Amino acid sequence: MPKLELQGVIKRFGDRTVCDGIDLTVDEGQMVCLIGASGSGKSTLLRCINLLEPIEDGAIFLDGEDISIPGLNPQSVRARIGIVFQSFNLFPHMNALENVMLAPRRVRGLTRAELQPEVEALFARFGLADRMHNYPDQLSGGQQQRVAIVRALAMQPEVMLFDEITSALDPQLVGEVLDVLLMLKKQGMTMVMATHEMGFAREAADKICFLDSGRILEGGPPETVFGNPKHQTTQAFLARALK
Amino acid sequence: MTRRERYEAHQRRRSLVIASVSSVTVVAALYFLVPLAPGWSKVQQSFFNGDTLVKTFPKLLEAFRINVMIFLWSAPAIAVLGLLIALARDAKSPALFPLRIFGAAFTDIFRGVPVILTVYLIGFGIPGLGLPRPWNSPYIWGSLALILTYSAYVAEIFRSGIDSVHHSQRAAALSLGLSEQQVMRDVVLPQAIRNVVPSQMNMLIALQKDVSLLSFIGPVEIFRQAGVFKSLLANFTPYVGAAIIFLIVTIPATRYADHLMARQMRERR
Repeated sequence: MPKLELQGVIKRFGDRTVCDGIDLTVDEGQMVCLIGASGSGKSTLLRCINLLEPIEDGAIFLDGEDISIPGLNPQSVRARIGIVFQSFNLFPHMNALENVMLAPRRVRGLTRAELQPEVEALFARFGLADRMHNYPDQLSGGQQQRVAIVRALAMQPEVMLFDEITSALDPQLVGEVLDVLLMLKKQGMTMVMATHEMGFAREAADKICFLDSGRILEGGPPETVFGNPKHQTTQAFLARALK
Repeated sequence: MTRRERYEAHQRRRSLVIASVSSVTVVAALYFLVPLAPGWSKVQQSFFNGDTLVKTFPKLLEAFRINVMIFLWSAPAIAVLGLLIALARDAKSPALFPLRIFGAAFTDIFRGVPVILTVYLIGFGIPGLGLPRPWNSPYIWGSLALILTYSAYVAEIFRSGIDSVHHSQRAAALSLGLSEQQVMRDVVLPQAIRNVVPSQMNMLIALQKDVSLLSFIGPVEIFRQAGVFKSLLANFTPYVGAAIIFLIVTIPATRYADHLMARQMRERR
């Protein structure tokens, strides 16, 4: 049974169809990269999986359980699926530690003292031990994004979604964030990421999906999609992206 | 000194000279021209009488303590009620629909009626029900009128603060599994309140002045006390004294609010 499965997912904003029948399966521990031009529906698809956007039609399964039933309380699902955004979205009025502890305290019902060892270990693992007490505006973009990842991980999610998390970073900070993803992959985290980092996608992903106008035009292992793209649109996109 | 620094120093000297000359001219004109007005000596006698000022000032200051007292118990009540109304107006669950309607009606009514009218209607109306002492006190009902009116304004400012928090903050908090209420309490409200502190400071200053409206229903606060002296001494100087006392409080407060506002503008940029 796949960890995450999408069947014919349709999402519209008004009369604009952003996801037009997306089918996707993600196995446990797999890293799937969504590539495609801006506006092709990558971000919206991730937000749908996290139930931040309700879908019009189709279904999303987590461990074989339909999580897209209209009216289902999204809280428990969101606690199992972490998402990290392009613009970090740290809470500016809390320091890094408080940012990370908020959701486990409120949702997992743990106290600060109970969380302390686990959270400190997370900070240390991602090279942020000396940054725990800094506020977001005292951190670099790369540090902020790593705190955002730690914040999502502190909920102990089963699946992680990454929405172009390096796009807002200075080029020299991209590496430190991508390294974090490799670490997670090694630990067996199931991940779906939208990205423009083609080099990274080609090397690290188990599966590439090329999105165009809300459809997965082409999907498969990186060697196939990058090495031998079937569609003209894919070829044109890759020619531009890899230039 | 570089070319540019020399130029800027020259510009600074030039602006300083122009500003000084124009200020001196305006002040001098006022100083010499106003006394030429035919009624000046009478106005001076009845509004700017030094002896009267000295004689009445301590009593006015004492009466001002009542203003401060009313202010001190009204302000926290306004903050709490204003926040509750703001939250009621943003309530989403259908069970709370009556609350939303109530919140909207509340703000419409109390922003739409002049403060003095609310003070009159509540200040005279409710004690008119024949309540026993101390429940017929104008202090209670006058304060309530201020609290209701100011809560309506303060609620709207809180709402604008809530709207000013970027929706991506909400999305980030929801994505972690927090409930709508937790998102509001832990993420949105703390930022919203911080964003509106300068605007709320201005409301506090306005409230401090509007406490004087209660004089119309009884309490002998500073404005009323000045009126008593005016009748007693047949002189308007006590009103000027009252104005001075207000300014001693409000000018620093206004400056501080402006300072907060300016700092916030800098941070947003």
